[in-house]
Amino acid sequence: MRRYLEIYAIMFRNSLIREMSFKANFLLWIIVEALWFMGQIVFVEVLFQYVDQIGDWTKWQVILLIGTHQLILQIFQAFFYNNIVAIPELVRTGRMDFMMLLPMDTQFAVSARHFGLDSLVNAGVSVAVIGLALSKLGLRPSAAQWILYAAAVGFGIAIHYAIMFFLTTLSFWIVRAQGLVYGYYNLFNIARYPDSIFRGAKVFRFVFTWIIPVILVANVPARLLIAAASQSPAHLLLEIAAAALIALSLNRLTWKFALTRYTSASS
Amino acid sequence: MFSALHKYRKVFGIGLQNTFVYRWNFLLRSLFGLVPLAGTVFIWRAIFTGSGSTVGSYDYAGMIWYFLLVILVDNLVTPTEDEWQIASDIREGQISAFLTKPLNYLGYRVALFLSYRLVYTLVTVLPLALAFFWFRDLIVLPKSAATWPLFFLSATMAAAISFLIAYTLALMAFWILEISTIVFILYSFEYFLSGQTFPIDIMPAWIQAILRWLPFPYELFFPVQIFLERVHGAALWSGLAIQAGWVLALLTLAQAVWRRGIRHYQAVGG
Repeated sequence: MRRYLEIYAIMFRNSLIREMSFKANFLLWIIVEALWFMGQIVFVEVLFQYVDQIGDWTKWQVILLIGTHQLILQIFQAFFYNNIVAIPELVRTGRMDFMMLLPMDTQFAVSARHFGLDSLVNAGVSVAVIGLALSKLGLRPSAAQWILYAAAVGFGIAIHYAIMFFLTTLSFWIVRAQGLVYGYYNLFNIARYPDSIFRGAKVFRFVFTWIIPVILVANVPARLLIAAASQSPAHLLLEIAAAALIALSLNRLTWKFALTRYTSASS
Repeated sequence: MFSALHKYRKVFGIGLQNTFVYRWNFLLRSLFGLVPLAGTVFIWRAIFTGSGSTVGSYDYAGMIWYFLLVILVDNLVTPTEDEWQIASDIREGQISAFLTKPLNYLGYRVALFLSYRLVYTLVTVLPLALAFFWFRDLIVLPKSAATWPLFFLSATMAAAISFLIAYTLALMAFWILEISTIVFILYSFEYFLSGQTFPIDIMPAWIQAILRWLPFPYELFFPVQIFLERVHGAALWSGLAIQAGWVLALLTLAQAVWRRGIRHYQAVGG
């Protein structure tokens, strides 16, 4: 464990050095993400010109939800996204050989290669939006609520990681699985929507709560923060924890199996 | 003339073969593309239950039909991989090969773009047909026969605008190493201002007044409005004129950027 922390510290430092050698690019990425985030909020503004509530969600609750999803997404991007997207290419070119030869767990090696500082800056922006939404809602979550929230955010990140990693694992069989990876990016869209819009859509809701649990990712943490402390829906935390653990174990199993099927590319 | 056409038809064929090699990639991408549609349908259903009968000038059926058409037109006109390929051609020095061949690079890219669009549309036909079948009660075809040619004209110009913007941005690779940031900035504008996320005409009037002069609504929103017969008379003709103006302006810009880029080009690598 300690050894892995040391390795991660070294890779982390390398990423920062690399990032800082392309300063303009670093700043531009921050702008890109900020623009997308702004677009989401404008979308909510436009929608709420026409309605007062979506299901049981008010405008600032939805902004809190979108901010929470942005926070989860940005932390996920900072630590994992670039690494996961690079996996199909590692397989296609045969550079996976090198990763497998490293004296550490291969999943760790491919997951932790690169760290994106720009995403962490944007996570900060989303925290500011969450704060604004809370003050507009007049909410002061208790310390216990914040702890539950942080845990749920962690599980949300784990779900994104596990599913996206699982999809790239298919690249061992389908060369150029990028289609799948970008496809999952499409699913991120659903994670931003309030869960109550799926009421009545039983099959859809079941699939995206239990099989591909994207609906839980941001909705559970946001609900934990919004609810009055007395009736905190703590059972939701169990739900997201279970979903994250299931997704992670499936991801680990399929990855182990895929590695045994890996045939290098000719050089 | 004939031999020139023949040349680009060959390129078109190569493009088809290239994409068929990765048909799984395409298929999965198009299938996943339908999930956001489901999300869109659910969110608008919730909004229409909250707001009563209309949002702007749309009712629920009209809104869903709008989004189905947006997806259809989007598949037909929006470049998917072209900008990345152009940038890597430049970065890796492969563009040298074109400079020595009797082949116009813009013509070559247009032929590839058309073939990609064809394959992409074919691959998405099945899932999209399913969606259309599911919502078959909402489908309202144009009443006037004249709408069809106008729609095809506008959709063709929309494709030209989308392609030329992507092409010109990709040519920035002559000067800068990494174009993905500017491409994603473009994507964000296209995503929110072309009518992909919501119809432009539910936004405040002053925003619409500005957008009218920008190229983004003409990449998706405008052709769809024509098909829905929501734009008539003077507004229709002035819209088409602005759209044509953008095609010409972007074509001129693309050529100018290409000429300057080639002068700047240093053939790094092979």
